[in-house]
Amino acid sequence: MSRIPLPYNPKVMDLFRHPKNLGKMEDATVVAVAGNPACGDMITFYLKISAQDIIERASFESYGCAANIATSSIVTEMIKGLSLEAAWKDITWKRVTDEIGGLPSVKFHCGVLAVGALKRAIRQYFKEKGVAAPEWLPNEHTFEEKQALEEEELAKTLSKRLKPEAEKQS
Amino acid sequence: MVENVKELLKLHEGITHEVYLDNENSSIVPQEVVDAMLPYYNKKAYGNPTLTHKPGWEAFEVIMNSFQKIANYMGAKILEEITFTPSETEANNLAIMGTAFAQKSKGKKIVISEIEPINVLQVAEMMGKFGFSTTKIPVNNEGFIDLEKLKEAVDNETILVSISAVNNELGTIQPIKEAVDIVKAKNPQTLFHTDASDAYGRIPLNVQDLKVDLATVGSYKIQGPRGMGAMYLREGVNMERILEGQIGTQKLWPGVENTPLIVGFTKASELAFENFEANTAKMRTLRDKLVDGIFNELDDLRFNGPKGDKRSPDNANISILRCEGEALTIELSLKGIYVSSGSACSRRLLQPSHVLVAIGRRFSEAHGSILMKTTRSLTEEDIAYVLESLPTAVNRIRGIVGSTGVD
Ligand code: FES
Repeated sequence: MSRIPLPYNPKVMDLFRHPKNLGKMEDATVVAVAGNPACGDMITFYLKISAQDIIERASFESYGCAANIATSSIVTEMIKGLSLEAAWKDITWKRVTDEIGGLPSVKFHCGVLAVGALKRAIRQYFKEKGVAAPEWLPNEHTFEEKQALEEEELAKTLSKRLKPEAEKQS
Repeated sequence: MVENVKELLKLHEGITHEVYLDNENSSIVPQEVVDAMLPYYNKKAYGNPTLTHKPGWEAFEVIMNSFQKIANYMGAKILEEITFTPSETEANNLAIMGTAFAQKSKGKKIVISEIEPINVLQVAEMMGKFGFSTTKIPVNNEGFIDLEKLKEAVDNETILVSISAVNNELGTIQPIKEAVDIVKAKNPQTLFHTDASDAYGRIPLNVQDLKVDLATVGSYKIQGPRGMGAMYLREGVNMERILEGQIGTQKLWPGVENTPLIVGFTKASELAFENFEANTAKMRTLRDKLVDGIFNELDDLRFNGPKGDKRSPDNANISILRCEGEALTIELSLKGIYVSSGSACSRRLLQPSHVLVAIGRRFSEAHGSILMKTTRSLTEEDIAYVLESLPTAVNRIRGIVGSTGVD
């Protein structure tokens, strides 16, 4: 319950104040969500993917802290123009954290969640397309996807601990 | 990391108006208070009050006068009932640990409420290491303790009950007098402690009327200097020290008395109490303007805690749905408005305020909560500036959330 100092760096602040690729994409090829509004950290990614499996555009919405907003934004920048394979392989939470100039350790998970949402979107794309997953796409969940799942599970457990009054409210 | 802060602060350059509403977590010390303190660093009374020389006797005199004044403001009978501590955190630690250790032959049960501040909650829980057990009394959706449950919880092994007079996050004014009667009827030996840090200077408070055995107050909560608090211990109640060292004017807290801070706290108390009615009326007026204004400007809000005269006059706690609190505090800071949030994102353990959860708020409601406290030093212009700036800030953060936060 205690607090921690959060001296965000200029890049995080800049993307927080002027997020790039913000907002819903009406013509998105695939939409993926990670996190849970119950625990607060929640990201939606919208990807426009070409017939050649290239990410033409990406955008996001974020229900989270400044680090969450900034990392989501930077991920959408980093993947623009990448093939799905390259996006899958190259974009890890560590790279994202480096790219953004570092995060306070308590905020690492916000970047992890952003990458988790991206990986989920890529997986979902192949599923929705109804084609077999390419060989570079492992069956097993990546670290970031596992973390996202874990966070969603945690949110469920926490909500269960809520009081009955909470259920009654809309 | 420190370089980052330099850049962060640079982003605030050009701010034309600053409004500090985070009086829950620290406060601006009025110049009069600072002026009252300064001479005690190097002009007079800089001695140790237990030593036999002029600067020592000067310190002794001013400290004794301060004990007396704080005793009067709290409604204590004699000045020996007051102990100065470095803040309300230490006072609460002392109150709980000190009585528990002194009373342990009578029983090992402690009772608190679910919404105690963490310097009560975590101390009580920590006492588990010494074989004490803690029961937490639930509260209703406005934060009022369940008196029936309190009655059930107290038995002949209960040595201490600790319930805040005013909840620090919700402003809920607890029925302390009734609670004390209930507790004493079940077990006259049980001691009653109240953290009155959010009551002192905000609502009428008198430890003898309330019949509590112990009470805590803090300095910065009434615009005094940080690093000072006080504990009331009714005459005749046994307590053990929790720290050892050189004992001076007070037997429960060792170390050299911090005369300037004691003077500052006393001066801040004087300023709070000499025009108590006018001061609290002003807090209330400004708080109501702030809350009404926010509700006029924005939709999808929840007001946390009770309304009306069961709420302390300074406290405003509002959940802004579809808006994340940490992001909002940063956005507001860039506009010169300083508030805190109960959002999970603003906490080390990434769990939302336990107080908001205890009153049945959903996590998504706690997530967008902001806590603001008014003081007598704020002006109508300050509130107008907040009302003018807040909607833009909220709308920008809500714009980032988009449809994502809707559950
Ligand atoms: S989104 Fe909650 S801590 Fe970053």
